[in-house]
Amino acid sequence: MGEMDQIEDGRPTDTAPSALETMVVHLQHLLGDAVSSADISGGQIILRTTSPALITLLTSLRDDVVASFNQLTDLTAVDYPDRPERFEMVYQLLSMKNNMRLRILMPVDEGQTAPSVVGLFNSANWAEREVWDMFGIFFAGHPDLRRLLTDYGFEGHPLRKDFPLTGHVEVRYDDTLRRVVNEPVSLVQEFRDFDFLSPWEGMQGQIDAGSADKVGKGE
Amino acid sequence: MAEMQIKPITMNFGPQHPAAHGVLRLVLEMDGEVIERADPHVGLLHRGTEKLIEHKTYLQALPYFDRLDYVSPMNQEHAWALSIEKALGITVPRRAQYIRVLYCEIGRILNHIMNLTTFAIDVGAMTPLLWGFEEREQLMGFYERACGARLHAAYFRPGGVHQDLPDGLLDEISQWAAKFPSFIDDLEMLLTDNRIFKQRTVDIGVISEEDALDFGMTGPCLRASGVAWDLRKTQPYDVYPEMEFDVPIGKTGDCYARYLVRVEEMRQSLRIIDQCIANMPEGPVLAENNKVTPPKRGEMKNSMEALIHHFKLYTEGFHVPEGESYTAVEAPKGEFGVYVVADGSNRPYRCKIRAPGFYFMAAVDHLSRGHMLADSVAIIGSLDVVFGEIDR
Repeated sequence: MGEMDQIEDGRPTDTAPSALETMVVHLQHLLGDAVSSADISGGQIILRTTSPALITLLTSLRDDVVASFNQLTDLTAVDYPDRPERFEMVYQLLSMKNNMRLRILMPVDEGQTAPSVVGLFNSANWAEREVWDMFGIFFAGHPDLRRLLTDYGFEGHPLRKDFPLTGHVEVRYDDTLRRVVNEPVSLVQEFRDFDFLSPWEGMQGQIDAGSADKVGKGE
Repeated sequence: MAEMQIKPITMNFGPQHPAAHGVLRLVLEMDGEVIERADPHVGLLHRGTEKLIEHKTYLQALPYFDRLDYVSPMNQEHAWALSIEKALGITVPRRAQYIRVLYCEIGRILNHIMNLTTFAIDVGAMTPLLWGFEEREQLMGFYERACGARLHAAYFRPGGVHQDLPDGLLDEISQWAAKFPSFIDDLEMLLTDNRIFKQRTVDIGVISEEDALDFGMTGPCLRASGVAWDLRKTQPYDVYPEMEFDVPIGKTGDCYARYLVRVEEMRQSLRIIDQCIANMPEGPVLAENNKVTPPKRGEMKNSMEALIHHFKLYTEGFHVPEGESYTAVEAPKGEFGVYVVADGSNRPYRCKIRAPGFYFMAAVDHLSRGHMLADSVAIIGSLDVVFGEIDR
């Protein structure tokens, strides 16, 4: 016990790889041009698509009898400021019938709108509001696109990489005005962000050489 | 006299209201005493967990998971630990897996006691809360014995658990587990056939199977609507495949069904706890890979290498290979998922936390339409929402 073994595959999703491969072939056949690539990573299917094709893609995934991805588990975005298209939307789908998870990745540029999927999955309602709040991605056709988690009157989109961790404003109760006031953040000490990209070899490549290339297939 | 159109009244509920289960502001549009539209305003407990995690090493990010759903902290650490283990390809020692499952089930009971008793107090029953918190106190004692903290445990680690259980703790848990069914019986005696409780919960906040799936509901709330879906069975992790337990399913999808499902889940959790204690193997509790887990204290006194490992682990941390993954566990409230994007450095590039309560809260509008004002309290109580995880 305690020795380092390789796990056979992504542990939480315990679907046999062959079933996944069959599903990928089926999906490629079903979806055609709507997906630009389909892979399997960590026991989950990953599809890449573009925003015009998203609605057709999700509709077919949900309504197809074989695939029947009947739940949109989660929806989020990732900010990559260096990419030509800045954001990547991530949709997590679950098929209870096949016990499979599927992830859709879709690039969206800053200022570009993404199609809202609330019409297909109600669970997208708040999730899209959160993405709008945190990343400023606008969803076309969303019934009620308001900010969700940030304060009333908040400015900026906190989960963007160019938004500072400390934020721009801080609040305090003003005794004379007898209300809460917003003020620019003033830190006694500069926020310390350490750089660990040391000139020494550091920790790179030291975690089980075998596991790195296995997981490296991820992305 | 001509018929008059009465303008709906907009009513504010919370954020400082005991039945709001924390800091929920609910704006209700009322037609008389009937709710026409419910608009939950959340985010009052937003602490920017996901942003903070981007600035922490993988190990430093772990305690944030305690602070999400602070009623069952270890279940969420579990998701984070599993997600990193998957990315690094670490095998967790058997004993650690058993301890983690044991503590996840203790967490489930902690959570269900909290939910059921506060739900009862929302609809008018005071006694279950007083009795239930006595039990919670003991369970938090077990937390404390294992890791030193009653609430924010930070006990699970990538590769196992932080330290082994002290001597005699398993016996104590076992003694408690033997007595606990009588508490569940007492709780059921007070509530299950209680006329007032049933009047407040039966046929209130009904959600159909299709709607529950559509709104992204998971866990007991989904099972109360009749969907047999439990990640501990369908996508098992750690030693759950070896555990024998049943998954209770409700039929009606109302507040009462959600209550019944949770009561039965507590009994099933007890079965898992008993099995964990009976089969608890000996051995290490943390993977012996000092790139990811700290070396033993004694070793550090003699070995330079161990000292370096310790220093590097707690300053730089470990690097996770580039890639992304979604890992989900069956937390007491439902599917708790972590989506991590790693860029090969010692910090996650992006960490999205999928909290079950977030989707329950989003469904409140659908659930409470057409109900009376007092029912909204029962609905929120039955959904089991904790704002730590909703607002993140």
